[in-house]
Amino acid sequence: MKQDLLQHTLKDVSSTTQLSLRDWDLLIRQARSADLLARLAVLLQKAELLDTVPPQPKAHLESALVLAAAQNYAVLREVEHVQLTVNSLGLDLVLLKGGAYLVADLPAAQGRLFSDLDILVPQARLNEVEATLMLNGWATTHHDPYDQRYYRRWMHELPPMLHIRRMTVLDVHHAIVPATANLKPSSAALLAAAQPVPGHSGLRVLAPSDMVLHSATHLFYNEEFSHGLRDMSDLDLLLRHFMQADDFWITLLARARELGLIRPLHYCLRYCTQLFATPIPQAVLTEVQGLSKASAFMDKLWLKVLGSLHPTARDQGAAIAAQLLYLRAHWHRMPPWLLVYHLCAKSLRPRAKAEAN
Amino acid sequence: MIVADLALYDLKSRLQQGLYLRTGPVVSCITSPHPLLAEGIALHYAGHAVETDFADFHVRIDRPRNLRRWYRPQVHFYFDDTPSFHPLPADQAFPMLEWGLNWCVSNHCHQYLIIHAAVLERNGKTLLLPAPPGSGKSTLCAGLAHSGWRLLSDELALIYPQSGHVVPLPRPVSLKNQSINVIRQFAPHAVFNQTVHDTIKGSVAHMRAPQSALDRAEETAAPGWIVMPRFEMGAAPQLHEISRARGMMALIENAFNFDLHGRKGFDTLGDFVDQCRCYTFTYGSLADAIAGCEQLVGS
Repeated sequence: MKQDLLQHTLKDVSSTTQLSLRDWDLLIRQARSADLLARLAVLLQKAELLDTVPPQPKAHLESALVLAAAQNYAVLREVEHVQLTVNSLGLDLVLLKGGAYLVADLPAAQGRLFSDLDILVPQARLNEVEATLMLNGWATTHHDPYDQRYYRRWMHELPPMLHIRRMTVLDVHHAIVPATANLKPSSAALLAAAQPVPGHSGLRVLAPSDMVLHSATHLFYNEEFSHGLRDMSDLDLLLRHFMQADDFWITLLARARELGLIRPLHYCLRYCTQLFATPIPQAVLTEVQGLSKASAFMDKLWLKVLGSLHPTARDQGAAIAAQLLYLRAHWHRMPPWLLVYHLCAKSLRPRAKAEAN
Repeated sequence: MIVADLALYDLKSRLQQGLYLRTGPVVSCITSPHPLLAEGIALHYAGHAVETDFADFHVRIDRPRNLRRWYRPQVHFYFDDTPSFHPLPADQAFPMLEWGLNWCVSNHCHQYLIIHAAVLERNGKTLLLPAPPGSGKSTLCAGLAHSGWRLLSDELALIYPQSGHVVPLPRPVSLKNQSINVIRQFAPHAVFNQTVHDTIKGSVAHMRAPQSALDRAEETAAPGWIVMPRFEMGAAPQLHEISRARGMMALIENAFNFDLHGRKGFDTLGDFVDQCRCYTFTYGSLADAIAGCEQLVGS
């Protein structure tokens, strides 16, 4: 029998006090496969429930906390390296996503695991930034000419850069959606509103509304969902934190209109409410619903892929939903003629160039 | 219930559903349709407890769904349904399980500081043998395990930071090439499975952990000695005491997850080494090596 214990638990961690050892076995597996073990541990810690967990599953939660703490430390150190390089050009370093949550000390950083660091730079300075990064040890990946062109002409980021000694991965963005996408949020507007971080001069993170909008846009226009539930949990924690400011909801809605990101915001608020019972004011929900319709069909698709994707939780429908959303992501990412060209190029070209990166 | 309580037929049917096998603090749920694996488990894990409710790891050793199911058959290792590692020839199913289980522990049990070392115990104190592959660590470990020392692990020293003790992980000892015969001759009563040839490590056989290791699997052991062994054909035994700083560096170099523990890891290891005496030990025969370790207990 399929059972999404992870999603149920993230919505209400106090339900863990009712779990049998068999349930815990399942929960640990689902949380591990979604990269959410450490997040689960942090949520239990905050609710003062970690000590009620039986010793066998608790060991895995503690192990995940050790791993997350080590990663946080490593990411902060990596940020310093990147910052030195970017600052040398007279530019502030603008961090995106996990790195930003971490330096800004947001709850969404707690128990979050990292695979890379994302930064945003003005498009006009992109070449300079890339050259300086290369001088300081970062090298491009994807040496295939088609892939290079794919990133540089059509995407919103350089091919991922790998530091040759530390083996860390850096994604250098000049926008938050591909250049060919039908959404066109202004990168200049995002950069202009980026905020300094107390205690870190030369470092900025996106403004609270922009952070939420970027995270939502990234999730709802991405083509794969292995971190869907993790990203939803991030959004839930971001919203719960930022809503403490009085004008947050007004600013968020205004900003979503200005940047043309009402639809991803609608999805974000809608599914945060359903998955995590995030306390979003009804008036805000009503307003976004009035601005962008979500069909019952899309709801079905999203809710299939935003749960645990572990085999014990997902059914056949999840794989089909993921396929359909994959096509949708590509549809939004490129105009049809380019999509056909890209898919032909990818399927006709020899496989041999699939380099290790 | 222990594995030996199950008839081979029952064991095989349990392996279809998932056998919850206890090894020290770790329970692994093993699924496999492979007959060699059932026989390997029946032999090597006869004295290990079978659990029911909770497994730390869910692993599966299975045949692929392609031609290699029949033609020069292979097996895959799945960690919780995700294929991990390259497939191996089907006759290496049992070594693959052993290597896979080591990987599970060293990659996921960060509640421990994990050192790549053999660990034995005498009078409540541990003898840690940290060493790179090829140094003779496993041979010495197997010899000591049949010479009055209690086996804690031939591969993974689990140091629990809260207590500073080593937690036993009794499992079969993996022996390679000439070591297999050396131990067969040294301990004729030791239980071995059939040697598997042409693995990535050469010829490999596993030796069942002695019963004493299982009987006292819950008994942790305090710091004692750190010995870096080196087998050199024909060499006279040379046991040199070295500084604790060098002993600590040897542990760090052989650690799996020292980097993850940060300051706390450094302090844990520092406290551990402070209570140890550290040595390098070159020897030319197993008998010399065992006599050398015996000398430590007296000193």
